[in-house]
Amino acid sequence: MKKTLFIAICLFSLGCAVANEAAPLADDPVTEQRLISISEEMRCLVCQNESLAGSRSDLANDLRREIRILIKEGKSDDQIRTFMVERYGDFVLYRPPVKPVTWLLWIGPFVILIIGIAGLLTYLRRRNNSVPNVTLTDADNQKIDAMLNATNKKEG
Amino acid sequence: MKAKFLIPLALFIGLVVFLAIGLNRDPHEVPSPLINKAAPAFEVSQLTDANKTFSPASMKGQVWILNVWASWCVACREEHPVLVELAKSQMAPVIGLDYKDKREDALAMLAKQGNPYALSAFDGNGRVGIDYGDYGVPETYIIDKAGVIRFKHIGPLTMDILNQKIYPMLSELKKS
Repeated sequence: MKKTLFIAICLFSLGCAVANEAAPLADDPVTEQRLISISEEMRCLVCQNESLAGSRSDLANDLRREIRILIKEGKSDDQIRTFMVERYGDFVLYRPPVKPVTWLLWIGPFVILIIGIAGLLTYLRRRNNSVPNVTLTDADNQKIDAMLNATNKKEG
Repeated sequence: MKAKFLIPLALFIGLVVFLAIGLNRDPHEVPSPLINKAAPAFEVSQLTDANKTFSPASMKGQVWILNVWASWCVACREEHPVLVELAKSQMAPVIGLDYKDKREDALAMLAKQGNPYALSAFDGNGRVGIDYGDYGVPETYIIDKAGVIRFKHIGPLTMDILNQKIYPMLSELKKS
């Protein structure tokens, strides 16, 4: 029984050792660096919470291959971004461009912040006004003094 | 004065409306930038005959449907009977784009489930798919007489989509 288990473990670990081989990087590290910097700013469309740089999906592999080719062809970062946007839309960019369709996206949070601040200010101002300004009369002052003295005596 | 107490209620209703709309939308349906643009040109071999090629330019002058599919795609198998139905209607030729597939697998699937395609173009490495902005097969395009993409559907077609969107659009486009 022990022997079979031992053999099984040996076979299994052998399988693991063979199974994973690192995918080859592009031959030149400069291309690879640019690929990473471009694709980190892009969304993988299959697994939307991952960047194109980090995704292991098939489509992401293909798109990285495509971007590598474009880099080798001497295309600028902007040209590569345009290539992607023409096919997949602004959605592929993690930082979509500022234009009428995306105004709400870019400015919306600040508008809500301003509304919040304005609401808070009006509320505070109104509350200030609602407290009546009372001037104390001499009689009031005497009453207060008496009360304060009384507590001082108790504590003292 | 009473209206003040309704403010939180109004905010809450607003939130519910936003969530009701937002949560019922499919985040995978990304609007395609290719609508109302010319269908990207390509020339690849045909699925059944590697010596023959297909190019969208050859479809100029007629309204046609491009359906991206693959034998490994489960949703495509689900969609297949609907495509057979679409082909039977003879409203427009259905051209397949066999995406990142093996020829023998693709042919086996067509032999088993029926072939709705007038022909299938073979996109073995997925390069054409990238030009069409494909990210989830099956995807279906309607392309007009001038070669402009007028409609795109992501995900499997259903009879409802055929009746409510595809057929009306085809008859509209064929008139012009």
